[in-house]
Amino acid sequence: MIVQALAFYLFAAVTVAAAFMVIVARNPVHSVLFLILTFFNAAGLFVLIGAEFLAMILVVVYVGAVAVLFLFVVMMLDIDFVELRQGFLQYVPIGAVIGLILVAELILVIGANSAGDASAAGSALSSSFPPVSEVSNTDALGRLIYTEYAYLFEAAGMVLLVAMIGAIVLTLRQRPGVRKQNISAQVSRRREDGVELRDVKPGQGI
Amino acid sequence: MDALLLEYLPVLIFVGLALVIGIALMLAAFVLAENRPDPEKLSAYECGFEAFDDARKKFDVRFYLVAILFIIFDLEVAFLFPWAVALGDIGLYGFWSMMIFLGILTIGFVYEWKKGALEWE
Repeated sequence: MIVQALAFYLFAAVTVAAAFMVIVARNPVHSVLFLILTFFNAAGLFVLIGAEFLAMILVVVYVGAVAVLFLFVVMMLDIDFVELRQGFLQYVPIGAVIGLILVAELILVIGANSAGDASAAGSALSSSFPPVSEVSNTDALGRLIYTEYAYLFEAAGMVLLVAMIGAIVLTLRQRPGVRKQNISAQVSRRREDGVELRDVKPGQGI
Repeated sequence: MDALLLEYLPVLIFVGLALVIGIALMLAAFVLAENRPDPEKLSAYECGFEAFDDARKKFDVRFYLVAILFIIFDLEVAFLFPWAVALGDIGLYGFWSMMIFLGILTIGFVYEWKKGALEWE
């Protein structure tokens, strides 16, 4: 289908271009905005391979939450980003090494896939589950995550718990001497606590 | 597979339309509008004063805390979606695996509630 191919090349090209701009943009806020563009296009690519649930999660979680977090981090750090970029060339070797490792891993994964290892594992899985055409994407994911991969799922829960507690431990600072509204104390206050009637004799003060 | 993509065709058309309209409006402003640049038009205006300092101030770290707590519960809800869809097929095992997951996160929730991380003093 020609529209599909066109859409794929469009999304892929914009993804790569936007990802490149994330690295080279001078302004870190622009970097984050390009990152959001990358996320949207990656979601389009996910839709093209039929993983619509992942695409929607990418939009909701990454664009809606992670990108906002990145913006906060960019705004929070008091770094002179122009100065930071002076040492750009200094980090090129280590960046290149990491990139090469990632490329090698990708080649290994694709090689293993074409060699048929993954398809064998896939057929073993699909024997116990109905084919893709009969169940929706979300349904198929749900059938696998909570039964087959239950331990990994609980591990994900533990990771989230650690992240939650870690964030609280690292960033929560209680400022002393802040007056807060205590609604229960406010509501349970009685007239006798606040009002006192004194019988004042004429000619005398209290 | 193609039927699925066909459902997304309106979205694609919509994205294309949005792109065309956005670019057309920007181009129209660029080409048609009167262009009389002035440095004062670009300067910051703060009630008639010169801008005191940079607009990009440091954020309070508590915004970060709120954002990260939001992400965690966002992910929790994201995990609930396929579970709800497939609940009929995964049986009691799937049900309880989700309950354990929710229980783990509830521990964190109680912790942050008791620590007062949800309050903005």
